Amino acid sequence: MSKKVLIMPIVAALLAVVLSGCEPLMVLNPKGPNAETLSKTIWISIATMVVVLAVVYILLINMLTKYRAGKMGADYEPPHEAGNHKLEILWTVIPIVIVAFLSVVTIVTTKDVESKPEGYGDKKPLVVYASSSEWKWHFSYPEQGIETVNYAHIPTDRPIEFRLYSFGTITSFWVPQLAGQKYAMTDMLTKIHLAADHKGDYWGRNSNFNGEGFEAMQFNITAESQADFDQWAKDVKAKEPKLTEKEFNKLLKASVVGQKSFSSTHLEFSKPPMDHKAMMDASKYNESKKGQKRADPEEHDMDDMDDMDSME
Amino acid sequence: MTMSEIFAPLKEPLIMGTAVGIMVGVIAVIAGLTYFKLWGWLYNNYIKTVDHKKIGVMYIFVALVMLFKGGVEALLMRAQTAVPDNKLLNSEHYNEIFTTHGVLMILFVAMPFLFGLFNVVIPLQIGARDVAFPRLNALSFWLFAAGAVLINVSFIIGGSPNAGWTSYFPLAGIEYNPGVNNNYYAWSLQISGLGSLMTGINFVTTIVKMRAPGMTWMKVPMFTWSSFIANIIVVFAFPVLTVALIMMTMDRQFGTKFFSTEDGGMDMLWANLFWVWGHPEVYIVILPAFGVFSEVIATFSRKNLFGYGSMVASMIIISLLSFLVWAHHFYTMGHGVVVNGVFSITTMLIAVPTGVKIFNWLLTMRHGRITFTTPMLYALGFIPIFTIGGVTGVMLAMASADYQYHNTLFLVAHFHYVLIPGTVFGILAGYHFWWPKMFGFKLNEKIGQVGFWLIAIGFNVTFFPMFILGLDGYARRMYTYSAETGYMTLNMISFIGALVLALGFATLVYNIYYSLRHRKELACGGDPWDARSLEWATHSPVPEYNFAVVPTISRLDEFWYAKKEGRDLQAGKIEDIHMPNDSAAPFWQSVVMGLFAFFFIFNEIGIAIALGVVTLIFMAVRSFEIDEGRHIHIKEIEEEERRLRGDR
Repeated sequence: MSKKVLIMPIVAALLAVVLSGCEPLMVLNPKGPNAETLSKTIWISIATMVVVLAVVYILLINMLTKYRAGKMGADYEPPHEAGNHKLEILWTVIPIVIVAFLSVVTIVTTKDVESKPEGYGDKKPLVVYASSSEWKWHFSYPEQGIETVNYAHIPTDRPIEFRLYSFGTITSFWVPQLAGQKYAMTDMLTKIHLAADHKGDYWGRNSNFNGEGFEAMQFNITAESQADFDQWAKDVKAKEPKLTEKEFNKLLKASVVGQKSFSSTHLEFSKPPMDHKAMMDASKYNESKKGQKRADPEEHDMDDMDDMDSME
Repeated sequence: MTMSEIFAPLKEPLIMGTAVGIMVGVIAVIAGLTYFKLWGWLYNNYIKTVDHKKIGVMYIFVALVMLFKGGVEALLMRAQTAVPDNKLLNSEHYNEIFTTHGVLMILFVAMPFLFGLFNVVIPLQIGARDVAFPRLNALSFWLFAAGAVLINVSFIIGGSPNAGWTSYFPLAGIEYNPGVNNNYYAWSLQISGLGSLMTGINFVTTIVKMRAPGMTWMKVPMFTWSSFIANIIVVFAFPVLTVALIMMTMDRQFGTKFFSTEDGGMDMLWANLFWVWGHPEVYIVILPAFGVFSEVIATFSRKNLFGYGSMVASMIIISLLSFLVWAHHFYTMGHGVVVNGVFSITTMLIAVPTGVKIFNWLLTMRHGRITFTTPMLYALGFIPIFTIGGVTGVMLAMASADYQYHNTLFLVAHFHYVLIPGTVFGILAGYHFWWPKMFGFKLNEKIGQVGFWLIAIGFNVTFFPMFILGLDGYARRMYTYSAETGYMTLNMISFIGALVLALGFATLVYNIYYSLRHRKELACGGDPWDARSLEWATHSPVPEYNFAVVPTISRLDEFWYAKKEGRDLQAGKIEDIHMPNDSAAPFWQSVVMGLFAFFFIFNEIGIAIALGVVTLIFMAVRSFEIDEGRHIHIKEIEEEERRLRGDR
């Protein structure tokens, strides 16, 4: 009976893996250096932790099979054992070594994913502002002078720098196959560095719960060659309407909308917040707050929720 | 607010059904109490009581009721996500359900259940007559009950909290959440949190000041030790919640901007304050469970606890570290490498003392004589399942990797793998273990064991798939998902597991019913498990005064050795026993404070102020009251002891 309890999680694990099919799990199927670093980190930690689990399970099975009352004889009386200093030191020191190892891995990989990805020569990163409002993502390309909603294009083989902020609730920008997530907030700019090594469409979403339309807050990122990307940017610039302040204010209202494209960015009339470093200068901080636009929640237009239903 | 707005939640058929069900239940209880003329009995024996044992039983009763409410919410969530694009619940309703599920399970199930065990067990384990402040203890309980009523009333009147149990700003702020929903959150947590803080102070004092003669610190039973440390954490952590909730109320109801996104407010300040309380809270609900496992494993291995000193040391280290890890709940807010690195290390370090404890439990069993009773099964199930929760915790502690786990079902799976085998199994082990001490008869073993297997298997089937879903990009708190995502199979497995889990919890209730009916056959003496610590030295159920003669302690597990040596621990001379008087004031003060909070929630500040004044009058009257308590006389004690001995 006691053995079942040990086998159970393993069976559950196998079952789940089998049933989830052969398709690789999104996080473990990276398509760029940032996500790849994280995928490797996860595998290192899984491998280490399986060893820890095995030690505990073997010990437990050992105790439960050897010392069950039925086996010990009717008149067996267990001895008094206060403890064992050697053993206690052993199982303190070994975990400390494991923690030290994983700490080094953590710090190295965190530093890695927090800086511009290497191996792309001296190519300048493409800066894309990804800002969120209820329940959509706005992507602004200052270099190209274009803006999109709920989809973005990026060139492959070039570092990309997403600069994140929010017009309302805290959201979390996540494209699992390209990079780990980061919060977008109203008062501080955050950054994600990534690159895409393969062409393709990558699914992304806001992973931080932010109310009624949260589930629908998804977007698509298309990675394509530099030439295709340039062509796309040129097309958007030429064919799409300008993003006026009035139009943008309408967009900021709580609603679920589809994909949109514009031939100018909201950055022209609405400044993003400062990043942490700049904020440390208090005078600049207040200054930065002045230029900032916020979604006015008073104007929440719940009729727009109908759009969401029709989208489904 | 108009009446139709206040009762808006009732438009939802599910909520209407629940409301009708609650009404019918309440009417049935009232009718039953009236029919059997039990009102007087209830008022005199329970509502007015300051007896720690009765208060403990009431805590456990309310926690069980809340467990079933939280459980139904969990089932609804699993049912909603079992198939893609499900229309069972809409987004708003789903958001309310996962919010109250979290709030209920942590604050109105885990904590009160453990507080119930503290109340029942600790004074007995240390050989005390009651807690240090019996009347404060009653007030703690009734404040907790008032908070529980508030959070449950919210479902029907006005709408439940809907911003997640973490209630991050600005989502939980007045701009994005203009209804009363999150006022309920602030006030139900505030009122019950005050009760928790008082409980913490009460038990720290009790354990420091009221241990039996001779019981020095290293002779204190492990459950009391673990609860002592948990209560110290309560005393340090809960004031942070109290203050944060006041700031939340100020922001929501008086227009301040502490957590606002404008005028210099900071939304992440709430997240920081919340987790400065919230992470130690995890250890508040897990350390006492560790204590239960220590008692249970030692008892059913018939061996003393291995490495007692390192057990105590590791818990002290855990309690210190628990205050140094809060930022790991938001690695993704854009901390630099240094901040994330430091918090990664402190977080992973907690694995070291926790590992020490696991190995100590394993080594306690070595050379033991293991019997597989229901409490022992929970303790044995805890080790392999909790270890999965522990190692995934280390994985989550790595800041870089957390960028991929954060906000996903991987995280949800992890904390359920910690809190269910840890806290819930601990609670259930303690509940089966100490039930005979509370009521004088055992719970049926067979039903208990079937319940364990259903819960253990159901749990793994429910939550293991979530690790995989999380790694496949499934964000938590989504009310639905589309069919193309391919998430359905694992979600369906999880739903089936939840059904098994529900069946397991149903056996708990059935076991109460069954064992009550067969209580004559299941009746037992003071020490049904052949256990080790002092609570088993007195009768079951325990007489009002706990011990006729307070035992003198010379070593750890004194009772165990006394049994072996044939010594009677209560052999001394019986004297008059000084006991506290019952009082109805804590109950009525809590009613007033509950109403105060209720009117505050609806911005009826005038009525709230009046009720606040009444609360102050209660406190003023109490400060001038002279209550010397009462004495139980030698004759009564001797009579009671004869009766209890004769019965068995």
